[in-house]
Amino acid sequence: MTAELTNPTAADAASRTARSKRRTATDFAAEGEPFVWALGGALAIGILMIVGFLFLVMWNGVVTFFPKTIAVVTAGNGDVFAGEPVRSEQYRPTAEALAALQPTARAKIATADGFAGRTLYRVGNYDLYGEDFRWVADHDVRRVEYPAGLMLVERLEWGPFIGTIKAVTTGGGAARPAAEIGTAAIDAAHATARERWERIHRIERGDIGAVNHWLDKERLRLRKVELADGIDSAGYRTAERRFAEREAVLKQDYDRLAAEAAALRAEDAKDTITFADIGGKEKTIALSAVVRMYAANDLGLAAKLGVYFSRWWEFLADVPREANTEGGVFPAIFGTFVMTLLLVIAVTPFGVITALYLREYAKQGRLVSIVRISVNNLAGVPSIVYGVFGLGFFAYIVGGTIDQLFYAERLPSPTFGSGGLLWSSLTLALLTVPVVIVATEEALAAVPRSMREGSFACGASKWQTIRYVVLPRAMPGIMTGVILAMARGAGEVAPLMLVGVVKLAPELPIDGFFPYIHLERSFMHLGFHIYDVGFQSRNSEAGKPMVFVTTMLLIALIAVMNASAIIVRNRLKRRFMGSQF
Amino acid sequence: MAVAEKIAPGASSTVYHVKKGEQGTVLDIDDFNLWYGTSQALFDVSMTIERGLVTALIGPSGCGKSTLLRSLNRMNDLIDGLSIKGSVLLEGADIYDKRADVIALRKRMGMVFQKPNPFPMSIFENVVYPLRVDGVRDRRRLEETAEQALRGAAFWDEAKDRLQENALGLSGGQQQRLCIARAIAGDPEVLLMDEPCSALDPIATAKIEELIDELRGHYSIAIVTHNMQQAARVSQNTAFMYLGRLIEYGETRAMFTVPKVRQTHDYVTGRFG
Repeated sequence: MTAELTNPTAADAASRTARSKRRTATDFAAEGEPFVWALGGALAIGILMIVGFLFLVMWNGVVTFFPKTIAVVTAGNGDVFAGEPVRSEQYRPTAEALAALQPTARAKIATADGFAGRTLYRVGNYDLYGEDFRWVADHDVRRVEYPAGLMLVERLEWGPFIGTIKAVTTGGGAARPAAEIGTAAIDAAHATARERWERIHRIERGDIGAVNHWLDKERLRLRKVELADGIDSAGYRTAERRFAEREAVLKQDYDRLAAEAAALRAEDAKDTITFADIGGKEKTIALSAVVRMYAANDLGLAAKLGVYFSRWWEFLADVPREANTEGGVFPAIFGTFVMTLLLVIAVTPFGVITALYLREYAKQGRLVSIVRISVNNLAGVPSIVYGVFGLGFFAYIVGGTIDQLFYAERLPSPTFGSGGLLWSSLTLALLTVPVVIVATEEALAAVPRSMREGSFACGASKWQTIRYVVLPRAMPGIMTGVILAMARGAGEVAPLMLVGVVKLAPELPIDGFFPYIHLERSFMHLGFHIYDVGFQSRNSEAGKPMVFVTTMLLIALIAVMNASAIIVRNRLKRRFMGSQF
Repeated sequence: MAVAEKIAPGASSTVYHVKKGEQGTVLDIDDFNLWYGTSQALFDVSMTIERGLVTALIGPSGCGKSTLLRSLNRMNDLIDGLSIKGSVLLEGADIYDKRADVIALRKRMGMVFQKPNPFPMSIFENVVYPLRVDGVRDRRRLEETAEQALRGAAFWDEAKDRLQENALGLSGGQQQRLCIARAIAGDPEVLLMDEPCSALDPIATAKIEELIDELRGHYSIAIVTHNMQQAARVSQNTAFMYLGRLIEYGETRAMFTVPKVRQTHDYVTGRFG
């Protein structure tokens, strides 16, 4: 009896342990673990790539404007030059180069498996040397020093100058040695000269520009009368008389301003500064042509930061110079921003209305399916094709027609008939409209049926239901689509090169002259700026840091615009979607 | 066995013992048939909704009671492939007439749904929505209507201090009472309720039932419910439907105590369904 009783319990316990053993031994694959790892791995790789890219851009972008020290290098053959070390690398010298080397240097390279080190120096002084950068092999360096007193001079032309200040002339007097004047006085003279230069700039670009603008306006008015009434009409003669009067007045203004500018220029020419490079070669330029100069090896941290932020300010707020490799990118920032804004204004109603019709009104059938597939496929068309279309359709056909109808007096020079801000925005709107349509359709489909029924049951018409209930509820989803479209559009470059982006735009698309917003003007864009600086400039080595900085700026601009759109969307989400659904 | 006999085609004829309303008839459903595509959902339904009374529609799931209710304000129009035969007369005028104005019809009928469906806007805007779609702009009138409707739906005391808050933040029971307020804000003649308490807890249910009782007399109410106790508590007339047919339609008390048809008896005593 007892045996019978105990036996089953023992068997039970045995089977239980067997079961639990089997449970822990569940096959790894059966638990789905490998898939979890694969999914996690894929995510990790994606994140790593994005973070790595951002880090690369940030790191290179952030340090670009920080002042570097200037090294004075004495080469093996006795040559002496000064420059900012840019980067070092390992390379394999050619056989001939090796043969020409000292035996000790050759032996050293042999022990390093045939590799030798070299450093790239930015030597500047392009006007004197004909090169900006110089590679120096490590075995060719006899001595590297960082002497005090060496200046880095950023100039309006010819790039930076590295050397010392030899003499300064002020007010057309005799040149006085730098040591006699003192740094403080030089800086003061420099500040005065820069101020005067800016005044000249203001007169020539601003005031004289305005006179030219008004003169142009009068000329166009006359031409308009000529086109309307003919050259022999009484109206034309009156207009001509009027034009002559106005022209005389404006000419007076012009002469006065030109004289003022000429006087300032004459004064400006009296202030000069003479630099000497490390080898003693001298170079005299106008004091106002110096943008910024500092004794690179003598700066403390605070002074370095001062230079750093002054360079950032120039970059963000100034216009570019020297084929875009120097100066600022303000026109490009502004152009990118305005274009993206216009893109959003154009793409949102267009996409939303299309999606509303497709989802709410059109009879769901084969035709609508075909339309939907076509819309989705549009997103896959190469963007350059949109550029060609934009140029052909918007600029030449639509713009050409507008020119003939409304701006006939300006022909043959095109107004809307060539690439410009408006056509660029519309082209990009076309490019991004599938994104908005798809997102809006999804959002509309996600509006609960019960909500629509509730509205219909209150006696609302279909449009009222859409207007008051469906659209508000779908708004966050629509915003998501707009955000995606914005991000896509702001980073697009290829089509823009055909429909309105230029290397250097003379005027901003928004200014103080009626009608204030000039949508027909060509503009600058950060994306194109990157391409231009990095690959189209005289010397790509100088453009490289600018590529990183501009990329950083473009990413930051898009991030800021997206973030503000996301904030708006989240606010809408809180308002229109309760926890209920 | 008796059940099978009763629902055999052609053999069905509704048994009536309706309590007549003192104010006459508001809706007259006559030989109404309805198809979703090719499958028929309603078979020869004929019944009247008495003015000022509460009419309950009961029956097992899928018997067509919701379909019938939604036919009364043509909510089924939204469904593709719907076809009907027969007529529904609202005060003598066929609502399925070609020239009938659906929007005007729906304004005469408030509807409360199974799941509370407030709109994504403030409590106030929710309540005055029927007036908004009519184009009413007068602030005073909107406010008066809102208060009246919210009082009518026994929701005023809770809502009066938070009229501008988002309606989606309310609890389920509050949302349903808001939907009732919205349904009566347009001052309809008929109130259609499609299982208004099925998503609510017992306390909220009790409140809504109390409310239905108070609204009776002023509105004619048709209510679909799964809950037979509820039907017995709130309604004066009850219609029992089964497989798309109206089996028995009569005074509620008699329906639940001495039903004249065997199937009704089986259903109300819980033997099937």
